Amino acid sequence: MRPVLLATDVLIFVLIAAVIGAGFYVRRQEYLLASWRRVGESRAGMAALTVLMAFLAVGLLDSLHYRPRLQGTNGESGIGYATEVRSVLDAVLMPLRNRAEKTYSAPLATHLYAKETVEMPDGKQARVFPRLRHGGAHLQDPEAQWGVDVAWKTARGVVLAAAAWVVLAALAARLAARHWRVGWGAAWRRLWRGETRFAWNAVLATAGALLLLAGPTASLAVDYHVLGTDKVGQDVLYLTLKSIRTALVIGTITTLAMLPFAVVLGIVAGYVGGWVDDAIQYIYTTLNSIPAVLLIAAAVLMMQVVIDTHPEWFATAAERADARLLALCLILGVTSWTGLCRLLRAETLKLRELEYVQAAQAFGVSSLRIMARHILPNVMHIVLIALVMDFSGLVLAEAVLSYVGIGVDPTTISFGTMINTARMELAREPIVWWPLAAAFVFMFVLVLAANLFSDAVRDGFDPRTHLRPRRGRVPGVVA
Amino acid sequence: MIAYILRRLLYAVPILIGVNLLTFTLFFVVNTPDDMARMQLGIKRVTPEAIEKWKAERGYDKPLLYNEQAVGAAKLTDTIFFEKSVKLFVFDFGRADDGRDIAHEIRTRMGPSLAIAVPVFVLGLFVTVSFALMLVFFRATYLDFWGVVGCVAMMSVSSLFYIIGGQYLVSKVWHLVPISGYAEGPDALKFLLLPVVIGVIAGVGSSTRWYRTIFLEEINRDYVRTARAKGLSEIRVLFRHVLKNAMIPILTGVVVVIPLLFMGSLLTESFFGVPGLGSYTIDAINAQDFAVVRAMVFIGSVLYIVGLLLTDISYTLVDPRVRLQ
Amino acid sequence: MTAPLLEVQDLSTWLDTGSGTVRAVDHVSFAVYPGETFALLGESGCGKSMTALSLLRLLPDAGRIVGGAVRFGGTDLLALTEAQMRQVRGRDMAIIFQEPATSLNPVLTVGSQIGEVLARHRGLAGGAARERTVQLLVQVGIPDPQRRLDEYPFQLSGGMKQRVMIAMALAGEPRLLIADEPTTALDVTIQAQVLELLARLQAERCMAMLLITHDLGIVAQIAHRVGVMYAGELVESAPRQAFFAAPRHPYARKLFAALPRPERRGAALDTIPGGVPPLTKVFKGCRFAERCPEAWERCHAEVPAWHEAGEGHGVRCHLYDRGSGIGNQRPAGAGERMVEQTMPARDADTPAKPLLEVRDLKVHFPIRKGVFKRTVDYVKAVDGVSLELHAGRTLALVGESGSGKTTAGKAILQLLRPTAGRVRFEGQELTGLSSAQLRPLRSAMQIVFQDPYASLDPRMRVGDTIEEGVAALGLGRRRSAELLDKVGLAADMRGRYPHEFSGGQRQRIAIARALSVNPRLIVCDEPTSALDVSVQAQILNLLKELQDSLGLSYLFITHNIAVVDYLAHEVAVMYLGRIVERGSVHEILRAPKHPYTEALLSAVPRIDGESRRPVIILKGDMPSPVNPPSGCHFHPRCPQAMDVCRKDYPGETRLSDTRSVHCHLFR
Repeated sequence: MRPVLLATDVLIFVLIAAVIGAGFYVRRQEYLLASWRRVGESRAGMAALTVLMAFLAVGLLDSLHYRPRLQGTNGESGIGYATEVRSVLDAVLMPLRNRAEKTYSAPLATHLYAKETVEMPDGKQARVFPRLRHGGAHLQDPEAQWGVDVAWKTARGVVLAAAAWVVLAALAARLAARHWRVGWGAAWRRLWRGETRFAWNAVLATAGALLLLAGPTASLAVDYHVLGTDKVGQDVLYLTLKSIRTALVIGTITTLAMLPFAVVLGIVAGYVGGWVDDAIQYIYTTLNSIPAVLLIAAAVLMMQVVIDTHPEWFATAAERADARLLALCLILGVTSWTGLCRLLRAETLKLRELEYVQAAQAFGVSSLRIMARHILPNVMHIVLIALVMDFSGLVLAEAVLSYVGIGVDPTTISFGTMINTARMELAREPIVWWPLAAAFVFMFVLVLAANLFSDAVRDGFDPRTHLRPRRGRVPGVVA
Repeated sequence: MIAYILRRLLYAVPILIGVNLLTFTLFFVVNTPDDMARMQLGIKRVTPEAIEKWKAERGYDKPLLYNEQAVGAAKLTDTIFFEKSVKLFVFDFGRADDGRDIAHEIRTRMGPSLAIAVPVFVLGLFVTVSFALMLVFFRATYLDFWGVVGCVAMMSVSSLFYIIGGQYLVSKVWHLVPISGYAEGPDALKFLLLPVVIGVIAGVGSSTRWYRTIFLEEINRDYVRTARAKGLSEIRVLFRHVLKNAMIPILTGVVVVIPLLFMGSLLTESFFGVPGLGSYTIDAINAQDFAVVRAMVFIGSVLYIVGLLLTDISYTLVDPRVRLQ
Repeated sequence: MTAPLLEVQDLSTWLDTGSGTVRAVDHVSFAVYPGETFALLGESGCGKSMTALSLLRLLPDAGRIVGGAVRFGGTDLLALTEAQMRQVRGRDMAIIFQEPATSLNPVLTVGSQIGEVLARHRGLAGGAARERTVQLLVQVGIPDPQRRLDEYPFQLSGGMKQRVMIAMALAGEPRLLIADEPTTALDVTIQAQVLELLARLQAERCMAMLLITHDLGIVAQIAHRVGVMYAGELVESAPRQAFFAAPRHPYARKLFAALPRPERRGAALDTIPGGVPPLTKVFKGCRFAERCPEAWERCHAEVPAWHEAGEGHGVRCHLYDRGSGIGNQRPAGAGERMVEQTMPARDADTPAKPLLEVRDLKVHFPIRKGVFKRTVDYVKAVDGVSLELHAGRTLALVGESGSGKTTAGKAILQLLRPTAGRVRFEGQELTGLSSAQLRPLRSAMQIVFQDPYASLDPRMRVGDTIEEGVAALGLGRRRSAELLDKVGLAADMRGRYPHEFSGGQRQRIAIARALSVNPRLIVCDEPTSALDVSVQAQILNLLKELQDSLGLSYLFITHNIAVVDYLAHEVAVMYLGRIVERGSVHEILRAPKHPYTEALLSAVPRIDGESRRPVIILKGDMPSPVNPPSGCHFHPRCPQAMDVCRKDYPGETRLSDTRSVHCHLFR
């Protein structure tokens, strides 16, 4: 096999490196650390972060691409590589990926969802639900064995998940015990009862819940299509897992692409003022005045023409789809930097008048240095909040854009393309609900987790918005 | 005041010119008309004649900016830039690929679009502001907490699912209203009901949360404390004092919502088969009808600028500091 | 004695904050009798405002009353339902807040905001309400009330807004008026107007008043009885005369000693070390023990009880425990430590060449209007200021807000480019220099700002902040440790962030930053006005010490006359962008000539109560610097205005070598 580095892969790894680097930086900056500690105290936020981490793990596995070596190549040069690009996730999910059925089948089904005319052994023809080629194929008599088999495999998955969780919990307790120099039991009680500042119990509980879902799913997926199959017989679980990377790429790389514009232009406009400010304001008002969808549509249509007229640029279909994905991110970035830019400009206008900036001016510190040393660190929390808040919006936008036909390449698996191909299925008789339901649940969980996490970040970095519920007490009245 | 509006209007001109230059660059400079023709006609087998024919049908056979063959002023006017971009300023949009007059289409399709967008906007504003006021009234109680949780959950659902789910439940399972379609006159009601309700519900989560934040910010201000110190009831404080002040940030945001509404009806109209501007745009995008897309971009930005102007005027209604200075 | 109108017993209020539960008010008891003014005195963070809000049950969402009783005319307010409580607010008890600018609803007219109270508590509406509102506005001294009725708060000046607040509070005809720092946000001359108004209204209506303030001068002027709060507790309570004659609690005594006064010139002020302890902790002993010069073991171990010291004088201090035997022996007078008046030697001889010479400095800000934003007018913030400052001396630039003193200070440093005029520093012309040309001169002149919270970058370590100037000017390495030491902070504080420091400590850091480049001139822009008296004293001592040891010159911008009296050598009084009078500190403060200076000085509340000059109450507000009055800018408010004052701006009259005045009275 030969590793393939798609453009978005590179950016994802750069991003992760940047996050790790930022982590080390934060460790040394006390005020940042304090804000992150507040984020860490939020149970909802940490539970959401755990879920996001699970999604991220899937997305990362799906970002390690390679081209498999062709077996029994007929080429004289010796080694040949498939034109198809696969990821490590594909390799892990190979069974799911390869075991395509003919068409729709319900979750955990053993038979197809549509009747087919088959020839009976006695020569007569009959309309029956044929057995699936892979789903539950190991069962001799599905009617009798299915229930037991599914139950047994679910139980196996639950036991495995529980075991994994116990190991995880023991590990956490062990580390905690060493840190606090107490016994394992005491350490565990502290963790679990939430006596730590960081919301460890939320993380552990969420991890447990995730494991409880993942264990049985994995256990069943070996022999069944846990979420059924779609119109062309592809496993829906496989499709949803593959969609995750697309959503993550759109949600992160877009903001990454627009960040430099927004930050530099916003701060410069606010600090320098004068005609520079006018020019920057003009640019963003103009961009803002075009309805976002239409600007994206126009740009995507044009980008499509460019890609279609230059097929020679791309070695594989995957690269082409990836280029389109990246271009979509850039286009979304160009259309979405204006909001943050305006926020930063307004904040810089305020900061510029503050006395510590004037004190620096009184020393003759250069404007560039003031912007870098005084303004930028003091607006970073806004940037960070915007970054995490934009994520969920972008994931949602991808679905809509793909539905409209200006999103990702039709061959790229994403929530948008899934919904788009499945949207007429609710109108079928009998209805096919599982592809939509699967897309809905995964997307909802991802976006909800992102929203909850971004709330935690915002509360941590912008403590004005602290309001905790208090039980049954009207504010300000006697206890 | 008049001078203020005049200045705003003058400011709109360079923005529209900017929009135009941007679309012109996107549509004619990034890709040549030849590229587009090849793309539309199929890349593999396409004769130069077919390309020329395609370009001539659409008027893309002229030079981009400067026509050397023409005489006099026509050197500048007999160009793609003049024909396709400058003429937008007089709302001359030309013809779509199917030969229909775009301006006419827009006029006839405006009605159905507004029939959905206006009720969604008005009802949505009313519902979300009321809901937010309720949450703020019960702030720091469990009602508020779960209300916010509900909002976050609702804003985590893609608008596509609101539409698909709504159609499935209301039309397919309960058979209350037709799944899609449109009719003129009073009949329109049964077709409009579901899209409007769905449009409102889809916006509840994020808007409520946003208004709640605005109200909470206002409610911590000193003048609210003064109002309470007068012995006014909490309801009166909210409606008379807080709401009036919160209108200022709300108005700023509502204009931002107007272009978003445009996008919302894009989906709704196409799902419900309403012959409005949203579905027109989607069809044009899918058919890669660039003339229509260009026209919609221009109209969109004109509307946005009108929206900005209206915001400025609306400030003078709610904020005496703007009105009297 | 009659029954008290308001009786507060063991009131405790807690606030839930991110850093724990703050016991903002801790078992506070006091009483207010009908027709008297009871002043609650204390520094910021002592729980005064929380006490007031607790009485009305108007606490912020995070606050709650956890115990005690508040009886108003016999009813226990804490037992009332919220609806019953709303009957009390505004009708029985009304409140005016510190910040008139934010306390009025910006989008409702003055008339409707007052009308609300009339409708709620007096059942008045329509014409009757309007009539009553006009009456109220007349009572609080608002000219042209018919027109003001339909105006919005932003159209009124700060003083006018506070008058509207007072009218609003009076509208319900309350028996008790709570005034929470009613004049802190106002200028001295306006403060004098408002205090006079409050005292008059209180007497006329026989209303009780609970006055919350940090200013001993205001207490001396209008209170009948005083309660001193410290760290959430009431530590002393006494009739005014008794209190001012002999404050009992060491904290109160320290407060008096920390006040800058002319007789202290040349000597260090008495300071209270440290700051108010955080109220999140539970106290084992006396809260003031850590800072108290008279504390002994018992103070740290045992919470002091309330001791009556006769004549309604009570105090919470172990010193007055009759059993302990130490008490009552030291009820020392307030001004006990009279210090010999020592003026610096340089006072007599004037050096030949001034360090700083400003001639006719003008800073005009354009006002743009219309379609093309043409410049239609100018805000003449600084309009022809001339002054000199000699090495090692302090020139106080005195004026109220809007007089242009801060703008002048920044223009002198070229932080704002002046419109016209000359600024010479050590003989070198500064105006017209490019920022690159100015850079080498930056080290010689520095600035210390007013707000210690805004003047330090919250994202920068203190050490980096201090060393920033050295780095920017390329002056080689200068250790921040040494500078921190010099301003009285520990050297190992270098690595900390500003939020860990109190206001006074931050101001020390700001001074260290200015000192880092070895300046010869420091512009001090109200460096103590955001600080409490005890902390102000620390900063003033530090500034004085640095001047003596480093020979610094200060351009001291302030509105606080007491500080001027203590620190300055020369004084220049500004009014509406111009200097109206200048001279040595003795000349100006002891014998003011200009009617404005005279009024300004008389308006400063003094703690020596009765023995002061009558307050000259100026009419109206300072006019706008866009449209200054014709002739002498001060003539519309001047009690001695003549015809000529309306026509010509008076030229300079030199009264002595050091003194000049701009007034037609002295032509």
